[in-house]
Amino acid sequence: MKDEKQLLNIKNLVVEYRTDGGVIHAVNGFDLSLKKGEALGLVGETGAGKTTVAKAILRILPDPPAKVCSGSIEFEGEDLLRLSEANMHRIRGNKISMIFQDPMTALNPVETIGEQIAEPVRIHNRVSRSEARKRTIEMLEMVGIPGERYSEYPHQFSGGMKQRVIIAMALACNPELLLADEPTTALDVTIQAQVLEMMANLKKDLDTSLILITHDLGIVAEMCEKVAVVYAGEIVESGTADDIFNHTAHPYTEGLFDSLPRINSTARRLRPIKGLMPDPSNLPEGCKFCPRCPYAEEICQKKNPDFTETTPGHFVKCHKRKGDA
Amino acid sequence: MENQISSIKKTSQFKEVTRRLFKNKLAIAGLVFIVLLIFIMIFADFLAPYGYAEQDFTATYQGPSAEHLLGTDHLGRDILSRLIYGSRISMEIAVLSVALSATIGITIGAIAGFYGGKIDNLLMRFLDIYQSIPVLILSIAIATSLGPGVTNTILALAISVCPSYARLMRASVMTVRDKEYIEAARSINANDARIILRHALPNAFSPMIVNITMTIGSSMLTAATLSFVGLGAQPPSPEWGAMLTAAKSYIRDYPYMITSPGVCIMLSVLSFNVLGDGLRDALDPRLKN
Amino acid sequence: MSAILEVQDLKKYFKTPKGALHAVDGISFQLEEGKTLGVVGESGCGKSTLGRTILHLLDSTGGKIFFEGQDVTKLDKPALKKYREKMQIIFQDPFASLNPRMTTAETIMEPLMLRGGMSRDAMLQETAGLMETVGLANRFANAYPHEMDGGRRQRIGIARALALSPKFIVCDEPVSALDVSIQAQVLNLMLDLQEERNLTYIFVTHDLSVVKYISDEIMVMYLGQMVEKTSSEDLFANPLHPYTKALLSAIPVPEVPCKKQRILLKGEITSPIDPKPGCRFAARCPYAGEECHRPQTPEEIQPGHFVSCCQARKINAM
Repeated sequence: MKDEKQLLNIKNLVVEYRTDGGVIHAVNGFDLSLKKGEALGLVGETGAGKTTVAKAILRILPDPPAKVCSGSIEFEGEDLLRLSEANMHRIRGNKISMIFQDPMTALNPVETIGEQIAEPVRIHNRVSRSEARKRTIEMLEMVGIPGERYSEYPHQFSGGMKQRVIIAMALACNPELLLADEPTTALDVTIQAQVLEMMANLKKDLDTSLILITHDLGIVAEMCEKVAVVYAGEIVESGTADDIFNHTAHPYTEGLFDSLPRINSTARRLRPIKGLMPDPSNLPEGCKFCPRCPYAEEICQKKNPDFTETTPGHFVKCHKRKGDA
Repeated sequence: MENQISSIKKTSQFKEVTRRLFKNKLAIAGLVFIVLLIFIMIFADFLAPYGYAEQDFTATYQGPSAEHLLGTDHLGRDILSRLIYGSRISMEIAVLSVALSATIGITIGAIAGFYGGKIDNLLMRFLDIYQSIPVLILSIAIATSLGPGVTNTILALAISVCPSYARLMRASVMTVRDKEYIEAARSINANDARIILRHALPNAFSPMIVNITMTIGSSMLTAATLSFVGLGAQPPSPEWGAMLTAAKSYIRDYPYMITSPGVCIMLSVLSFNVLGDGLRDALDPRLKN
Repeated sequence: MSAILEVQDLKKYFKTPKGALHAVDGISFQLEEGKTLGVVGESGCGKSTLGRTILHLLDSTGGKIFFEGQDVTKLDKPALKKYREKMQIIFQDPFASLNPRMTTAETIMEPLMLRGGMSRDAMLQETAGLMETVGLANRFANAYPHEMDGGRRQRIGIARALALSPKFIVCDEPVSALDVSIQAQVLNLMLDLQEERNLTYIFVTHDLSVVKYISDEIMVMYLGQMVEKTSSEDLFANPLHPYTKALLSAIPVPEVPCKKQRILLKGEITSPIDPKPGCRFAARCPYAGEECHRPQTPEEIQPGHFVSCCQARKINAM
């Protein structure tokens, strides 16, 4: 049954946070698949559940309060959710690694950056110290940091440099899949441009698959061939970048584009989506976007729409757009 | 518009805080004990079966009995009566010394932390010198120079403890000093006093509340030590700590003599601590539930 | 020309153990009433310091600031108080800029209370009015900041800034902490308020798409200095400074297929501590030459278009 080419296949993933204040429905039936070498952009606003999905893949959700209620995450044919912790250890940081948002806090301030990169190499590849060091210096140079800086400490690096270190760390074991959670949000635009360029080149050279989590549609347009738009813990639209950007189907995606101030437009007023994201502990019945949707009808309030393929590869979760896309 | 205004007016911080405090059962238990203690303090004259200095040499070293509920001490004094009267002295020493030192310490700490720079340096170096002398030695020295007695014990304790308050306050004021809401307050023309009192202190006060309630306990114990070396409350005044140290010599043969003042001190300290914890949580709107 | 604000050669240096940090180093501009000046630059370029120095939240090291024709750098305390009522600030982080222990109403009412001369009822009425102006529902009056989302918190910050009916507001990255859909709501609110109240804004941000949308004029800063200043349309259509060009080309554009040609800069912003004379961008500039090591002054290359680059004409073949 398995599609050979699929690297990652998430089916009907449901994650909840159980707190004193009630159950927070962070991820509600998430389906996602990724082929080898592909780059997928996971787009959505704060609290949409993007980071929770990434953490669920790596199984690093804090439990409690987080709880994976159902679903499967197949990676190279194995369900990660059923693996033993020991087997997961083999995958984490080795076959799948993650880049976190804030380069300022993701590095240990009292260890040299060289040691921090070498550590996962030694753990996963069982190589000698000197071998790990050699590999680390290669990695540093690959991300554009001179090898002599091996024994410097994080505070001696600027923000952009730190993010390079983190990327080097994530790529040190040649992972199959890289999860990048807002990798450039904390950086300035000119530095962001450098880092993105570097990531794109590395991805090409190493043939790594990438899930890029971001709120910035511009970055997605540049980096990803596939896009999934997340709203209130569900994917509301997915497809190729061309599908999403040029044949936008879901009203939420449409709203996102309209909210965006554009460099090359002269509009004097933005058209924001009215209202706010629903409270994830108290989600509306039916379509989650319905209360904010300009096209909402009666059926939208009652029934959560199915995820339907409108054109090959382009999926939309909306009652109104089923037929007419 | 009218009903909008009335909806704003409704705010009552005090009501909100009490409501949250009453949800915390432990804190309420502490509060109940403290209220009880205050009641005993006020009505000591009516509650105590005997006078606190009333000696009965025919009934020394007696264990608990119907006549003497908690027994008698080496001079035949009724321990229950002494405890009841002693609550006045012990509470007075603990609460007043803490109140005094907290006031001084918080003022110094808030000023040093808020202004920083030279003022901070000056105040802190002064405290450094001051703190290099151990608290107990310092209070002994102060008590010696001022002479023994309850008032002087309070002064000695207050003076020796206040540097630690100042330090704590300074550290937490420094963490909020650079917050944007402080800058925002300045931009709407708030003066320094208002910024410190309304914006900096309330947000820096949580660790202080815990510290204050903790020191109430330790002050009781230091006061006891002072009485032990003859500088605190003078015999025959029934200060709990003094009772404890006096009973120490008889711990093997007459353990009941030391148990009851010990339990009293423990319960009061514990009550203040849980009440303090509860207050800190109740005062923080972020923990509202 | 009726400039409400004129800044002349403004300087703000910070003392650090390593030397003087030139956060703002010789900035001059004029701003007309009812207009918006966008100030863009990367972190550490001094854009936030500039806004705070104009508001007198920081003392300037040198230069002059004229507000409504009056030099405000040498004001005594009572005069400063009056001045501050006319100039307000909206902060970046809508959580950090609100006192966590004050309710919405208390926060908005505080400036009115500090100004004095109003009965409590009048202040409450004014507060209710301000909440309505910024689109905050009545039920949030007694809510604490942590109970509200970023967009609403930022509305409180805006209401507080409006309470004293200022003429001029420094907006320090007011929308960068917000999600796009909320960001658009807040930006629209700010534009509406500007129209209604004839407000003058200085809009400090690192986000070029936002600044284009909201500003009439844009000033690009690099390491405490102005590198280019012109009207909003002109800057995006016709950037003349090599730094501006690189900055504009670095913005990821949400379009597929992506057809941008990037100018990638080498290196990162250099240290603003005791900078060498000469163009501060020279170390990263692809066009840097011998003459770039002498001090650069802004030159009006085209009407209203100022550029601080001795090579601007050559680069742009003018």
